Amino acid sequence: MKVGLLVFPGTWSHQDFAHVLQDVLGCDWGYVWHKNTEVAGYDCLILPGGFAHGDYLRCGAIARFSPVMDAVIRFAKSGGPVIGSCNGFQILCEAGLLPGALLRNTSLQYRCRWVHIRTESADTPFTRTLKVGQVLKMPISHGEGRYFAAPETLAGLQANGQIVFRYSAPDGRITAEANPNGAMENIAGICNERRNVVGLMPHPERAAEPLLGSEDGRLLFEGVLNAAIPR
Amino acid sequence: MLEARIHVTLKKSVLDPQGDTVRSGLASLGFATVQDCRVGKFMVLRLNETDAAAAKAKVDEMCRKLLANPVIEDYVFQINEVVG
Repeated sequence: MKVGLLVFPGTWSHQDFAHVLQDVLGCDWGYVWHKNTEVAGYDCLILPGGFAHGDYLRCGAIARFSPVMDAVIRFAKSGGPVIGSCNGFQILCEAGLLPGALLRNTSLQYRCRWVHIRTESADTPFTRTLKVGQVLKMPISHGEGRYFAAPETLAGLQANGQIVFRYSAPDGRITAEANPNGAMENIAGICNERRNVVGLMPHPERAAEPLLGSEDGRLLFEGVLNAAIPR
Repeated sequence: MLEARIHVTLKKSVLDPQGDTVRSGLASLGFATVQDCRVGKFMVLRLNETDAAAAKAKVDEMCRKLLANPVIEDYVFQINEVVG
């Protein structure tokens, strides 16, 4: 299992992911620069957070047209596991690999703090070690994380079980107070219909060691690293 | 030379907290008649084109593919003749 970490100009969380993959999990990984036109040799792709291409126009809008994205789309369409965190989630939405969009937080403020998210689906390569209802603690760090989808899209997500994580209280209750950005239905993470592409606003790579206050982020990596992914 | 002037705004169904904040700022300045405010983007493109119909089709494609996100935004544009 070799993990590809995508790097766009303005990506900032790739080194945190690299540290977790190499020093915490001891797995094989490599950076994939956004000008690459293929992702051969990688079994899993991660789109880290940051401000790809300065987030000009809209978050993820320019990154979606980076040369590497055609290869990412081909990889995803062939069933390869792809996860985007924060800005990576925004890019996956702009690229059409995930439905909906991420808008300015209702508070209009950048939110940088710990949140709790409740697992709503264990049926993705990244959540297969989790149990539905399991609450994870991870940090968020974003100004534009308010998940939005048209009513018919949202209904589809609910009907297909594509909502993967929702912001919750520490005991798992879904409350307005637990929602840090005004996301519809407290949505923190979703997957595509095929379930191999996952996006979430929180940062699992910043919650993978006891020293950092939570190891819950590790569970997402372990899910995909321990599994033989059918392709 | 043609010029496209493009307005991109959030769809009516999308909450615009920035617009709401601007509206309440105007209200506190005494402009109490402002019922609603939507903040959007304004883009001006200079196009090396002479055919307005062809330019219109291209700008529409630009809006659909990049300048606006159809999930959350609406767009309108005008094409004008400019000198130089």
